[in-house]
Amino acid sequence: MISIEVNGEKRTFKGFPFKRLIDVLRQDFGLMGTKEGCGEGECGACTVLVNGEPVNSCLIPVCQVEGTRIETVESLGRPASPNVLQKAFLEKGGSQCGICTPGMLMTAWAWVRGGGSDKPQAIRNVLAGNLCRCTGYQHIVNAVVQAVRDRKKIIRNPKSTIQNRKSK
Amino acid sequence: MRGAPFSMNVLRPRNAPEALRAFSKNPKLTPLAGGTDFMVAWNAGQLQNRVVLDLSRLKEWKKIQKTKEGIRIGSLVTHRRIQEHPVVRSMFPLLVRACAEVGGWQIQNRGTLGGNIANASPAGDTFPPLSVYEGMVNVLSPRGRKRVPFHQVFAGVKKTTLQPGELIESIEIPYLKNRPHHQMFRKVGTRAAQAISKTVAAGLLWLKKDKTVQELRFALGSMAPTARRLKSVESFCLGKRMTPEVVDRACELLVQDVSPIDDIRSTREYRLRVSQNLLRSFLNG
Repeated sequence: MISIEVNGEKRTFKGFPFKRLIDVLRQDFGLMGTKEGCGEGECGACTVLVNGEPVNSCLIPVCQVEGTRIETVESLGRPASPNVLQKAFLEKGGSQCGICTPGMLMTAWAWVRGGGSDKPQAIRNVLAGNLCRCTGYQHIVNAVVQAVRDRKKIIRNPKSTIQNRKSK
Repeated sequence: MRGAPFSMNVLRPRNAPEALRAFSKNPKLTPLAGGTDFMVAWNAGQLQNRVVLDLSRLKEWKKIQKTKEGIRIGSLVTHRRIQEHPVVRSMFPLLVRACAEVGGWQIQNRGTLGGNIANASPAGDTFPPLSVYEGMVNVLSPRGRKRVPFHQVFAGVKKTTLQPGELIESIEIPYLKNRPHHQMFRKVGTRAAQAISKTVAAGLLWLKKDKTVQELRFALGSMAPTARRLKSVESFCLGKRMTPEVVDRACELLVQDVSPIDDIRSTREYRLRVSQNLLRSFLNG
């Protein structure tokens, strides 16, 4: 039996230890937000955070994440209450067909939450392991730049609401 | 066909003695570190029906330690951790550069230095730096520990000289006695990130006061079945001033030290030309 913390909840998995993390998340835990793209570690669509760090969930047998803390795209906001990064993706057009979006969000979230820089070139390096088949990179980078800045504003002044921008 | 989890058995030793015992009992085990190469093949339906020796619980192999002579990097240290380590950053910048160009952030968080070596890809990006830094690989077996010079670990494409029952414990890199006058790491691939190298180079150069070469170390990856030190070039340059004629001759000699091939990523001709250009720009300072 394998114990993992998934999106803040303690979960156990009793199946084959070599089952891939992505399959356990989708099939056993019903978390369908994480997508499989290439199955080769090239595209990053399956990115989740293990102990806060982005990894390809298609390349990890579940036994290797025993005792870790896993975060999937479901741990971010909901449609009614998107988090700062999701809001930026919406406003900047950072999502097109959507297949890369959960992975993009998770890699970018590790960066934004970790206090990463808002320099576009740094963000491009960070997202190098995430492919967008719609080639919407510029909008994605713009969204992450905005999220980094918005998050700093919120941390500085928790009462400031980034919703203001839209109503302006 | 996709990989079938039910076809796989997994052993999860908690420490090195347990791992060695399991491996000597069953020499057919497949050791698994970060899995960034193994799982790609496994996902494609290869490597099925194996008993896997999952090393991910061996905490003692995930440390970077300073020793009197240099740095000891545990075999399970990830490419990401190597980049973050202050001593590695200041003393072995070429290794840091190489680790930063292995895959993307996700791969760097999983892939390990020991796994990279054991996988023995001709295109391993960390290999030219480990070659010019003249690293030593500590190999453990039930018989004890042995120190293997970096190049002697490799037997050919995806082949090592490691025997069943032997595991890479750590990689030791000695401090350089003097600061090199020039150093270089360059990876040439289809794109800046995530690509597998067409050619990859690392160089260290020490000059005497009269500008003649005191020592040259230059290594190439993706240019032969294993990473190569350019022994002919190095010994030719020794004691010479890097005049245009000497640099030209050195670039000609490069051909003797490597055996590049045409493959899906590049051609022999392109690889040679680009590698010669890298060597030329390095020697010209």
